[in-house]
Amino acid sequence: MNLMQLFRSSRKEDNSAAIAKERLQIIVAHERNSRSGRDFLPAMERDILQVIQKYIEIQQECIDIKLDSQDGCSILEVNVQLPN
Amino acid sequence: MARIIVVTSGKGGVGKTTTSSSIATGLALKGHRTVVIDFDVGLRNLDLLMGCERRVVYDFVNVINGEAELHQALIRDKRTENLSILPASQTRDKEALTHEGVEKVLNQLAKDFEYIICDSPAGIEHGALMALYFADEAIITTNPEVSSVRDSDRILGILQSKSRRAVENLEPVKEHLLVTRYNPDRVTRGEMLNIQDVEEILAIPLIGVIPESTSVLKASNQGVPVVCNTESDAGQAYNDVVARFLGEDIPHRFLEPAKKGFLQRMFGGIG
Ligand SMILES: Nc1ncnc2c1ncn2[C@@H]1O[C@H](COP(=O)(O)OP(=O)(O)OP(=O)(O)O)[C@@H](O)[C@H]1O
Ligand SMILES: [Mg+2]
Repeated sequence: MNLMQLFRSSRKEDNSAAIAKERLQIIVAHERNSRSGRDFLPAMERDILQVIQKYIEIQQECIDIKLDSQDGCSILEVNVQLPN
Repeated sequence: MARIIVVTSGKGGVGKTTTSSSIATGLALKGHRTVVIDFDVGLRNLDLLMGCERRVVYDFVNVINGEAELHQALIRDKRTENLSILPASQTRDKEALTHEGVEKVLNQLAKDFEYIICDSPAGIEHGALMALYFADEAIITTNPEVSSVRDSDRILGILQSKSRRAVENLEPVKEHLLVTRYNPDRVTRGEMLNIQDVEEILAIPLIGVIPESTSVLKASNQGVPVVCNTESDAGQAYNDVVARFLGEDIPHRFLEPAKKGFLQRMFGGIG
């Protein structure tokens, strides 16, 4: 560490590279998570649809499935639009 | 067996074509029979960087469509006898490259060449997917900058799920991280991500670091791959990359600010 660096580290907002790294780590982790979910989602969606269709008449378009993660916790969101 | 290597990035303008031309030339200079293919349909550029733009008669799409024989489209490099170039088509039809067509040409090239370098277009659309589909190895070209790193990660995801090796459940594509346009001065000032940051985020092995260098523009002006300029920092860095690719173990260079000015030496002498 030299004198110039000492000056700079006292002004943290100047170190934009550190901010860049932090932001990247968060977004990349998020995107990897949703990527790894993507593989089995279509198959699971089909299975869930079949189960519902045993009892209620609905179309493929009426079901929407999302896998999301927040604060280290995964959330499976299933939206089924029932016919009226 | 020929090795197929894709040079890819997701983000545009990060140095893929610069890298493809230099790595292909470097491999050929070391005695390996090499061909470099421009996959950037509609935006042909590799020919310019290789300095063979006036010798293009037929292109990749002509060969796929059966309008020309492969040997008619291949351009022999004038500097390096082991090297050939297959130029991209200037057609506006982005779907001109088909799986079957590309595979047929690659199979034919594999009979004559040891290394097949595929210069990918930017993006994650058809052209980029075609360029990476048949790859055995990938050089992930990345600038130390947020959007480039994020796009590189997306491309890694695609390599791991949509490449032939992924689809056919074969051994995964071998991934190499190449950081280009690295500016050690700006890294020291905390203005640019450093190599460890990029490595940590992408978590793949580093094959080289190419410094931001005026010699790159100069080389492209002249149509001579920068790897041929052995005096320049970028040329030497690309030479190192080729050597590492061939299995040599050499330390990374050009990671520190090059010349220190008077003031900087005064203030920077302690650390
Ligand atoms: N190490 C470097 N130092 C300085 N300039 C560079 C360096 N690498 C590439 N460039 C410049 O960046 C620009 C883009 O380079 P290049 O065409 O190789 O990128 P690309 O990834 O192939 O772009 P595209 O996505 O459009 O195909 C060019 O002007 C080139 O001279
Ligand atoms: Mg390019």
